[in-house]
Amino acid sequence: MTEAVLSDHVKAGGARARALKGFKLGDVAFHVVTKSSAIAVLLLLGGVIVSLIHGSAPALGQFGFAFLTSQAWNPVTEQFGAAPAIYGTLVTSFLALLIAAPMGFGIAVFLTELCPHVLRRPIGVAIELLAGIPSIIYGIWGMFILAPVLQATLQPWLIAGFADVPVLNDLFAGPPYGIGIATASIILAIMILPLIASISRDVFETVPPVLKEAAYGIGCTKWEVMRSIVAPYTGVGLVGGVMLALGRALGETMAVTFVIGNAHKIHASILGPGTTISATIANEFTEADGAMYTSSLIALGLVLFIITFFVLAASRLLLARIKRQEGR
Amino acid sequence: MNENSVPSDGPLVADAGAYAALASGAKSEKMSIRKLDFFYGDNRALKSVNVPLYDRRVTAFIGPSGCGKSTLLRVLNRMYDLYPGQRAEGEVLLDGENVLDPRLDLNALRARVGMVFQKPTPFPMTIYENIAFGVRLYEKLSKTEMDERVERALRGAAIWDEVKDKLNASGLSLSGGQQQRLCIARTVAIQPEVILFDEPCSALDPISTAKIEELIDELRLDYTIAIVTHNMQQAVRVSQHTAFMYLGEMVEFGETDQIFTAPKEPRTQDYITGRFG
Repeated sequence: MTEAVLSDHVKAGGARARALKGFKLGDVAFHVVTKSSAIAVLLLLGGVIVSLIHGSAPALGQFGFAFLTSQAWNPVTEQFGAAPAIYGTLVTSFLALLIAAPMGFGIAVFLTELCPHVLRRPIGVAIELLAGIPSIIYGIWGMFILAPVLQATLQPWLIAGFADVPVLNDLFAGPPYGIGIATASIILAIMILPLIASISRDVFETVPPVLKEAAYGIGCTKWEVMRSIVAPYTGVGLVGGVMLALGRALGETMAVTFVIGNAHKIHASILGPGTTISATIANEFTEADGAMYTSSLIALGLVLFIITFFVLAASRLLLARIKRQEGR
Repeated sequence: MNENSVPSDGPLVADAGAYAALASGAKSEKMSIRKLDFFYGDNRALKSVNVPLYDRRVTAFIGPSGCGKSTLLRVLNRMYDLYPGQRAEGEVLLDGENVLDPRLDLNALRARVGMVFQKPTPFPMTIYENIAFGVRLYEKLSKTEMDERVERALRGAAIWDEVKDKLNASGLSLSGGQQQRLCIARTVAIQPEVILFDEPCSALDPISTAKIEELIDELRLDYTIAIVTHNMQQAVRVSQHTAFMYLGEMVEFGETDQIFTAPKEPRTQDYITGRFG
């Protein structure tokens, strides 16, 4: 049997060599195509960075470091400062995390540890559907439904409730506009909730079952297992997931633009209107006449790029660490 | 919540009466497994198993893979409860109380019936905390008392000398054999009455294995022990009673000497002489 196969090989030698040569050509072409696709990504990224820097050079040259700290935004006198937009971006994202992270962790804990099996899939699918809703829909829903509701209920309640509490009465000062930093944060929180929930769930599932069994085996309750075993084991990964969500929140444009109020001013109250970097760019790019106006908007873009780059880099690093830990 | 369920002056110190009982050869049933059936979904993994675990004795469970040894162990502390679709029928008595009673407080049960797994499972915390964590669940101890308890547990598991200078290092930094002894120390520290070993040496080298076997031999003075093992020499070395299981059935149970020298069942004879399994 073996001999027969061998002699077949020898006979087919010529055809075989040709076929192999064909394979090789195909392989080279495949290599070139995939490699150039990969390089294209790097070129695109580099191109974006270069054009952002080039476009923002006039504005940054004129205003210098004050661009980051100034609250001025006056197209008529051509005075531009990014402080309100940066403030709005950071504050809305932070508040969104404050709301979404505990909820997301809660959902993930419920799904991995407590949920009856029949409910696991429906809830998981619902979370993924929530993530799939286009942001423009969150935007109109926020503007026409959520903002009026908040204006009539939550905001007056907050203003009245904290009126006599120092510090907090500044944070929740009226009037209730409906739209504003707080509403934008709530919309953002809803949008990043599925991301946090699904990443946390994946991270929780990296905990070896036997480790949890060992903890149950010494008599831990579910809460003790989550707090003392699962949370420390997955801590880095959870932070990474939150950072990833933060990256998404920082750059979110449409929904925020609808509900934030678009005011270039830093209010002490989180109920007041504000703006974010991406909302400013989206709102004003079409009407930006004059080189300095356009350049200032591009400079805003550069600032956002730098912020999100660092947040995403940090989240990737942390998530990579949990993967290594899993392989241990 | 569980403070009442664990005697603070537990079986770490064996009383004279127990030694007398050991010496005289009298034995009482700490756990009794009666007509136990176990199901993974529709798959019946244990078939009407009857076996006693005698107080302060080591009972070894031997048999080919998939015969239900580990499943049986997981019934004894209701570990199977974590997973849907698994259920047990029959009776498992611990000091006369049915462990399978759904109203039973699982945390209290697991404090009385500790478990050591096949793979070492140190918690993601320091060596000291690995021990203190479990103790803290049941008892409020001062720092000095806790230090003492940790030391006693680590000494009890014959690992104190190796870790006493690095109690604040991560439990994960230890070698596999040390990790396993740390897990035993952790189990011992909460002063259980029964300790279940599920192939505790299968991931360890021969030296670590010898240490663990020695340890089990010492632990039997204070605890009732059940050990699942694939290593028949190990069963001979550490146990006083042996149960041979095959395809979910308890084929033969008896004194270890009798099982390995004069088995009554032909299937036991075949297994221990290596004719199958």
